[in-house]
Amino acid sequence: MGEMALELNGVRARYGSVEVLHEVDLSLRRGSVLAVLGSNGAGKSTLLKVTAGLHPIASGSIRLDGRNVVGWSPDRLARRGVCLIPEGRGVFPHLTVRENLWMATHLGVTRKDAEAMAFERFARLGDRPNQLAGTLSGGEQQMLALARAVITKPSVLMVDELSMGLAPRLADSLYESVRQIAADGVSVLLVEQFARTVLGMADRAAIMVSGRVVIQGTPADVEAHLSSAYLGG
Amino acid sequence: MQQFFSYTVSGMGTAAIYAIAAAGLVLTYTTTGVFNFAHGATSMLGAFTYWQMRFAWHLPAPVALVLCLGVLAPLFGMLLERGVMRYLDGTSETTKVVTTISLMLGLLGLSLWIWNPSASRPFPRFWEGEVLTVGGVRIPYHVVATLAITGFVAIVLWLMLKRTRFGVSMRAVVDDRSLVALNGARPHVISMASWSVGTVLAAMAGVLIAPSLKLSALPLTLLVVNAYAAAVMGKLKSLPLTFVGALVLGLGTEYLRGYQGSLRISQKLMPGFLASVPVVILLVVLVVGRSPLRGQTITRVRETVQRPTWAGSTGMGAGIVLIAALLSDVLPRTDLFTLGRIWGLGIIALSLIPVVGFGGHLSLCQMSFAGVGMVMIQHLGGRGSPLALIAAAAVPAVLGMIVAIPSFRLSGIYFALSTAAFAVLMDRWIFLLPRFRFLGMDWDIFNGGSLDLRRTRFFGLSTEGNRAFFVYGAVAFALVSVAVVAIRRSNYGQRLIALKDSPAACATLGMNIKVAKLGVFAVSAGLAGLGGALYGQGMQSATTESVQFLSSLTLLMVMVVAGLNSPGAALFAGVFLGFGLNNVIFGKLADLVPDRLGWAQGFFDKLGTNTLIVVGLAGLSLGRHPDGFVATRLRPRWDQILARPHALLGIGGTLGVAYTARVAGLIGNWPFAIVTLVVLVFVPRVIIPKGPGANAEDLSGDPEEVMIRASARGH
Ligand SMILES: Nc1ncnc2c1ncn2[C@@H]1O[C@H](COP(=O)(O)OP(=O)(O)OP(=O)(O)O)[C@@H](O)[C@H]1O
Ligand SMILES: [Mg+2]
Repeated sequence: MGEMALELNGVRARYGSVEVLHEVDLSLRRGSVLAVLGSNGAGKSTLLKVTAGLHPIASGSIRLDGRNVVGWSPDRLARRGVCLIPEGRGVFPHLTVRENLWMATHLGVTRKDAEAMAFERFARLGDRPNQLAGTLSGGEQQMLALARAVITKPSVLMVDELSMGLAPRLADSLYESVRQIAADGVSVLLVEQFARTVLGMADRAAIMVSGRVVIQGTPADVEAHLSSAYLGG
Repeated sequence: MQQFFSYTVSGMGTAAIYAIAAAGLVLTYTTTGVFNFAHGATSMLGAFTYWQMRFAWHLPAPVALVLCLGVLAPLFGMLLERGVMRYLDGTSETTKVVTTISLMLGLLGLSLWIWNPSASRPFPRFWEGEVLTVGGVRIPYHVVATLAITGFVAIVLWLMLKRTRFGVSMRAVVDDRSLVALNGARPHVISMASWSVGTVLAAMAGVLIAPSLKLSALPLTLLVVNAYAAAVMGKLKSLPLTFVGALVLGLGTEYLRGYQGSLRISQKLMPGFLASVPVVILLVVLVVGRSPLRGQTITRVRETVQRPTWAGSTGMGAGIVLIAALLSDVLPRTDLFTLGRIWGLGIIALSLIPVVGFGGHLSLCQMSFAGVGMVMIQHLGGRGSPLALIAAAAVPAVLGMIVAIPSFRLSGIYFALSTAAFAVLMDRWIFLLPRFRFLGMDWDIFNGGSLDLRRTRFFGLSTEGNRAFFVYGAVAFALVSVAVVAIRRSNYGQRLIALKDSPAACATLGMNIKVAKLGVFAVSAGLAGLGGALYGQGMQSATTESVQFLSSLTLLMVMVVAGLNSPGAALFAGVFLGFGLNNVIFGKLADLVPDRLGWAQGFFDKLGTNTLIVVGLAGLSLGRHPDGFVATRLRPRWDQILARPHALLGIGGTLGVAYTARVAGLIGNWPFAIVTLVVLVFVPRVIIPKGPGANAEDLSGDPEEVMIRASARGH
């Protein structure tokens, strides 16, 4: 086993005939936090979808713990410890909070343990177990989505724009939860448009511009290049 | 009062069966997004299978029930998911509807294949004749059993969906399919389970309802159309509301049947109306239901078909007329008579192009419009008057606008259902009405079930002879196909297509969407009526069967397979269905098979007489190319050939030689037909081995579809 939890090499992906990822190389060291930044339409979400098996790649390779996982279905990857919290709401709006947590038990946790873990981390969910997820506030929905990562203890957690549409204070507290998950040894890949919070908690960072990774390095390196990358892209 | 109770009891018995059928429909629709038009056909197949085991093989009833509902039905459901439904993920609603209609035709064909439709198959009720008497009301055992089973089914379904993780996953799929996979659940397993459950419910409904009908394929299949009303009352998603809907439906029908004597309606009008009550309720729910029901709007991802050119379409029209004129010389009279109907059918097929191809509204009732056209010829065309043709177009056009009204608030599958309800209403009631008096006049709409149609005379020019009629039909077809192309090229046509792609955008642009919809339906129904007139005149007599709902579906499927945007496809549909091309092709194949292989001969012979199964299979395999086989495969090659004079010259020359040889009597009709087919279909393949069709397919794959294909491969 190498030291990389996740490695992408020369990954290309397209929608129809339009290529949106061009030869992307990216690696996530085991137990570390990697932040991927980029403006609208840079291809960040596509990158995560491809890694979670939701979208096929046209060429290149994706390795999980050194094993090539190209062509794997999303559920198989999930069973192998890949956990994606997708963009927007990562919950089932017409299921209750408890039923949403029940769905997270497909990976082998009992229902009781799942609820105990989730409600311990996010007490606000414990207050409303039978509310429909669709009627939760934006922040509560993100908590419910993150609860899956808390419950399933994945080997790789990928979070797509956790802070989108949330007040900065709330976003900070959600990122605190992510930090705790990372502290348990989970390798984390965070995607954001804006750098502020994530660069602070990342071990490494990368910038994507129109489907390419243009810089990869320490958060300090990346921060130095940030404005030029955004403007020059 | 006693009477009221006994009507209530039997109404509840019917309601219970509708509830079971509708629950299966709703379950599969919500969990997979596929509205299964083949649900009724599945019920039918279930009933036949049970009959086979119970009454042909004399298995004890419990054994037959367990085998049929506990083993075969779930297996069939899984097979359906694995073989067909899985590939519908992420495709457009049109593709889904087309696929399940194909499946319905295929299953109908299959049952006709296995169970000779002319044999009689008694299917006694469970506990025939045994009755429970409660307070003077006699309740047959089978009703008690049906009610008990339905209650049981309801409880089991409720428990499954609320109290098992499996059931919760089914509901989760409705919200977000890919998130289910991200949770580590296997989406295909969940779909497979819901198809199994849906199939079991369908089969159960079939077994329960078969005894009250004769065991006959088409009525059984269509009876479940009644259950659609219940499902729609549940907005296709709520099981409790679906059960309420079933109750309304069952009781309503039964009370009406019971108390019809006290209504002040002519008794003659009633029988067909009673049979139509469920579809009337379906229409009413669709049209005046509280919130508008919107399915997905039907959008094509990308149009691979170019805008037809004037030169191309007039050229094709002229070519068709010329070939028809030549053929009318060489073909024997009897063939000419049979062939006379291809033009009418072709025009009806053309009528689908504006409404479905350009407008994106799935119309499942074109043959009903055609039937109205025929009726006009019957009543107004007695002396071959051309005016009757005008009526044959005008009356359906008005009717078409009425049918279009639901489209103001319905879209997708819901609108398709409203057209289906209209077609079934025409089949079960209007076309079957006996002679009656109304407004001081005698009405006998379908002439007692069989029309007698005179061919038109145009100011001394008679089309009565088979030769004249054949050429006249070709001219009419050519004119209509040019007219359809004209619509496509006009501003109006552009607007229709824009409307299909983005109704919202058009609304903001200030287009009057309602007028556009009314217009396209008027045009298309008018053309269908005209086509119906010609179709009927071709046959010279017509029965209600030729214009029934099932024929509309068959025609639509053939058009879909061939290509919903192209007049060439309409010609193909006309020839295929009018001339029984299926029979000809497979009949010839059977002749070619050596006598030793008797089973193969029998197989081809059966395929030849079973158009339904062929159309169903073709639809299942080709229905996924939304623009059709002709348009995506043949046309692009031909476009390239037209750009290469020497190839064109070669093809034309070969055809000329073949035709000369035929006229000179050197070869017969069959060699001539085969040479023509080979030249037209296969030579282009050889000349341009990698047809542009291959690229077109690449382009037409929408991202989701590409994704699904890839993830399906991942397994
Ligand atoms: N389903 C799709 N079909 C076609 N094109 C798509 C699809 N999804 C994304 N794209 C295109 O792919 C490119 C990358 O999209 P992606 O969602 O990956 O960007 P992103 O970096 O996540 O942007 P954002 O920060 O706005 O979420 C964009 O140009 C987008 O238009
Ligand atoms: Mg994104």
